[in-house]
Amino acid sequence: MLPPAKRATLIPNEWSVGKREAMTTSHSAEAPPEGPLQEHFDATIARDQRVEPRDWMPEGYRRTLIRQIAQHAHSEIIGMQPEGEWITKAPSLRRKAILFAKVQDEAGHGLYLYSAAETLGADRADLTERLIEGRQKYSSIFNYPTLSFADVGVIGWFVDGAAICNQVPLCRSSYGPYARAMVRICKEESFHQRQGYELLMTMMRGTGAQREMVQDAVDRWWWPSLMMFGPPDDASPNSAQSMAWKIKRHSNDELRRRFVDMTVPQAEKLGVTLPDPELRWNAERGHHDFGTPDWDELTRVIKGDGPCNARRAERRRTAHEEGAWVREAATAHAARQAARARKETVA
Amino acid sequence: MSDDHVYLTLAEGHEDDTRWAYGTGFEDPLHGVDTAVPDGVDAAALAAVCVALADDALVSAQRLGEWVTRAPELEEEVALANIGLDLLGQARLLYSRAGQADGTARGEDAYAYFRDPADFRNVRLAELPNGDFAFSVVRLLVLASWRLAHFQELAAHPDPVLAAVAGKGVKELSYHRQYAAEWTVRLGDGTDESHRRTRRALEQVGPYLGELFTAHDVRDDVVTVLRQVTEAAGLPMPVYRPLPGSGRDGEHTGHLAPLLAELQGVARAHPEATW
Repeated sequence: MLPPAKRATLIPNEWSVGKREAMTTSHSAEAPPEGPLQEHFDATIARDQRVEPRDWMPEGYRRTLIRQIAQHAHSEIIGMQPEGEWITKAPSLRRKAILFAKVQDEAGHGLYLYSAAETLGADRADLTERLIEGRQKYSSIFNYPTLSFADVGVIGWFVDGAAICNQVPLCRSSYGPYARAMVRICKEESFHQRQGYELLMTMMRGTGAQREMVQDAVDRWWWPSLMMFGPPDDASPNSAQSMAWKIKRHSNDELRRRFVDMTVPQAEKLGVTLPDPELRWNAERGHHDFGTPDWDELTRVIKGDGPCNARRAERRRTAHEEGAWVREAATAHAARQAARARKETVA
Repeated sequence: MSDDHVYLTLAEGHEDDTRWAYGTGFEDPLHGVDTAVPDGVDAAALAAVCVALADDALVSAQRLGEWVTRAPELEEEVALANIGLDLLGQARLLYSRAGQADGTARGEDAYAYFRDPADFRNVRLAELPNGDFAFSVVRLLVLASWRLAHFQELAAHPDPVLAAVAGKGVKELSYHRQYAAEWTVRLGDGTDESHRRTRRALEQVGPYLGELFTAHDVRDDVVTVLRQVTEAAGLPMPVYRPLPGSGRDGEHTGHLAPLLAELQGVARAHPEATW
């Protein structure tokens, strides 16, 4: 067990590298914590019980959670794009249906998560604005392009796999609505991961060109996937507070190591090579040794210089702006309906 | 750590691979149905009906797939994808039935990926570009109402497979129609802009209504729905203006070829591949 100071920051870890901003909520003007309330909160956490929306909570806990849940929700929504591009091109109707369902699930995950953030006093429209204006982050993995259909499989295997490693412990997060959303999300993510792996298995049994596509996709996605766990523990702008609040439960390096240990035998079974010359089993440690990701690249991508940052943000912005008249129409219709109902009641 | 089971079992076989959060209902609608073409059913005609209805569904699903990540709200992302998935599911079953009935034993992908535009029998309304949300909603209203009326009749078809597919489709299409009707009313009654856009969408579908009513007479059902919805939305009925030709005869607009090029590109680049 690492000492709390070494156990890093929020999950999804890398996102917290981005600039921190104060989230204004309706609760931000709250008075400083009162003794008995704080004591009750501390005791709830200590007993591993859940904090619920109507419970008193420290403002920092609320802000941390809103930021984390919002970033997670944004990642689901932006994460629809790299794979969504292949729905119209999927090479069989079965794969088309699976991909359609998967991307739809991600929209659903975004919805649950925005709802969880709303239980903390945040507003979905406001969070969407922050995403579009680049004031809140999403997982930088989605700033890489999907160049072939094999990428759909590798995203399922690596990216959803890494997400599962990160997210399964969140099912025990101290905040009730988030933990419950994560239970459902993790179940679905496991199907997403499995469809990806199954696609790759099928492709590896196919033509030479298909096997090359799979290996190429593995080569491109491996290192960015390892970066999904965030910077190394000793360089993480960590928050021992998040560990103490039981919002987060394992360190970045610990999760990364688990991911590698679980993925290596799957790669062998699949018949692909993971692009790391330093990767080997270390019997003494009982884990794999592996190389160091290019942390400068992670920093660059998070700061906005990844291959697809501009495109992802632009798509989300365009959809939002082009949909404005639709949302306005729905609001106007609802208001008119309500006015008609009132009139009828009066009459 | 006890959280790893999901991941560790990845490389093992599973029986429940098809369970998804949305777009579920992958239970086999043909379970227990005899797939032999019954005596007295014209197999060639059956295959033709199946292909035409499958083409409508596939082309519509492709257009709905284009909305993904572009919808005006997250709820609409989920709903439009759900409708697309339903139609894709209908297309797959109908193509499979066509392959059984026409004696070629072709699978669903042979129909979807390895036929050229002139071989497609979808109505032209389905292949038109998405346009704005108003056009997509109005088109969905027309096509869902039309297809629903069709499927209600086909649920009593002497071919038990087509009847089962239609029976399942009726439930799905009722939802599609309801979704489109609710949005048509919202948009018609909403703002000046949404009203103007929806009115224009109704004008745009007008020329494509004619070919919907040639094969079977479900016209009255569809017109009744359109009248109810447009009335509630404060919008005029679409004006029927016949356009020569029919997608059912393989005559298409210039929009079908690029749609199919995108749909078929990867599959055709790797004709020997399995996916």
